[in-house]
Amino acid sequence: MNDDKITMDDAQRTKLKDKLVSVDPHAAPKNPTTITMTDGPLIPKKGEGHVLNSWRITFTASVLLIIGLIVLKPEPYKQIFLVCIAGIPVTFQCTIFAIIGAVLIGTLTGLGSVSRHYIVNMISGVYVELIRGIPLLVQLIFIYYAMGKFFHIQGTIAAIIALAICFGAYMGEIVRAGIQAIPKGQMEAAIALGLSRSQAFRYIILPQTVKVILPAIGNEFISMLKDSSLVSAVALSDILRKGREYISRTFLSLETMLVVALIYLIITLILSRLVGLLEERLHKNG
Amino acid sequence: MAKIEIKNLYKDYTPKTGAVVHAVKNCSLTVNDGEVVVIIGPSGSGKSTLLRSVNQLEKVTSGSILIDGVDATDPKNDIRKIREDVGMVFQSFNLFPHLSVLDNITLSPIKVKGMKKDEAEKLGRELLKRVGLSDKESAHPNQLSGGQQQRVAIARALAMKPKAMLFDEPTSALDPEMIKEVLDVMIELAKDGMTMLLVTHEMGFAQAAANKVVFMDEGEIIEVGTPKEIFTNPQSDRTKSFLDHIL
Repeated sequence: MNDDKITMDDAQRTKLKDKLVSVDPHAAPKNPTTITMTDGPLIPKKGEGHVLNSWRITFTASVLLIIGLIVLKPEPYKQIFLVCIAGIPVTFQCTIFAIIGAVLIGTLTGLGSVSRHYIVNMISGVYVELIRGIPLLVQLIFIYYAMGKFFHIQGTIAAIIALAICFGAYMGEIVRAGIQAIPKGQMEAAIALGLSRSQAFRYIILPQTVKVILPAIGNEFISMLKDSSLVSAVALSDILRKGREYISRTFLSLETMLVVALIYLIITLILSRLVGLLEERLHKNG
Repeated sequence: MAKIEIKNLYKDYTPKTGAVVHAVKNCSLTVNDGEVVVIIGPSGSGKSTLLRSVNQLEKVTSGSILIDGVDATDPKNDIRKIREDVGMVFQSFNLFPHLSVLDNITLSPIKVKGMKKDEAEKLGRELLKRVGLSDKESAHPNQLSGGQQQRVAIARALAMKPKAMLFDEPTSALDPEMIKEVLDVMIELAKDGMTMLLVTHEMGFAQAAANKVVFMDEGEIIEVGTPKEIFTNPQSDRTKSFLDHIL
């Protein structure tokens, strides 16, 4: 009877211990800080056996399917595939430049939202609220046409700017969460040594934030790669646009969309695995 | 070296629910040049708040803190200049985990004082030798034990060549076998004539190195005296009952 009670207590204690955070900032984190905004939980981690397996199953199946289609039914699939992959460079170009823009905007927004300056704080707050409250497609089309009308910027660059502005708000929230994940003692130690707040941010807080938010940025990259398909609405020949153009010539809508979906799926699966690996390495290196 | 004068200090908090809390009430305390003053008292008595207000990590409600005659609470005075002269050591060490031990020490001399890198590194190595960690300069904080981390933190504070040092429960987060190595460094520092204001539960240190012991309770300074006076002949009942609990 007594033994039972002790076991119960131990179990409860272990449970409680897992929830507690050590006061020692350098103690190995029990649940390493991971900041996720959108697709985070979908990314498989090592050690989560079945998730890794489901990743493998999906990946193998989609690769086999697309190869099978091309080999066994080259007419029309080979043609569709070749047309669609011609859009990959545009998709990647948009995604990479837009993510760079979004990181820059996000860093400013994130710093703004932890700023003690009231107006700066307000501006980043309003920006984030505004962007989060409007559907991405609506924003994208709006900003795209606004760019053309007011700044005479068109085509790919306008689309990239639009994507960067849209994702900058989410990135800003990631940066803010990353900054807030750094223990308060770091800032205190820095200013106690005579550093100014901006020096403390530059040399102490931000370098640590980068490490915390890198996986989240990777996840945003994947999100953006998928959402970049929306730029096909503004006349950019990315993967989806290539596919839709092909449909309008041949009316093979199902076949084409199947290939488009598989291409996105395979790219996304590869990238998500890379982000997973990156995250593991970061945590291993403490 | 420096003299710290705390005069009629008040610090109020207003929590979201409920009335104003007086964390520090009308505290006055002088730490003379080269003196070691230890603040003791039960938890929540305002000791840390008082200590942290010296370098303005806590903004005070009223009162003044003169460091060599310069009022740290006056917004006209450059608080960064004052912080350069007053080193601080924290309970949780707060080393910068992304920097090596040597970089932890050299960062502020380089960035704040504009010292040249090789000069700062020379100083850093001297300080590491002083705290007995010469072989750890390229290690990262998470590779060190708590006691070693705290000694690096002391070296980091000393790198700014402070005139006075504040210690906020420097040994409270340490395993018992590591407390001594940190206290030894602190005793050396006291012997060298550093002005020191400490919050600590190490009564052995207070007896060995302190010129004055201050007992605080509920935000007020109850009693000030030499270690001998406080530990062997406390005047206040509150001091007596506190000492009965811990000794």
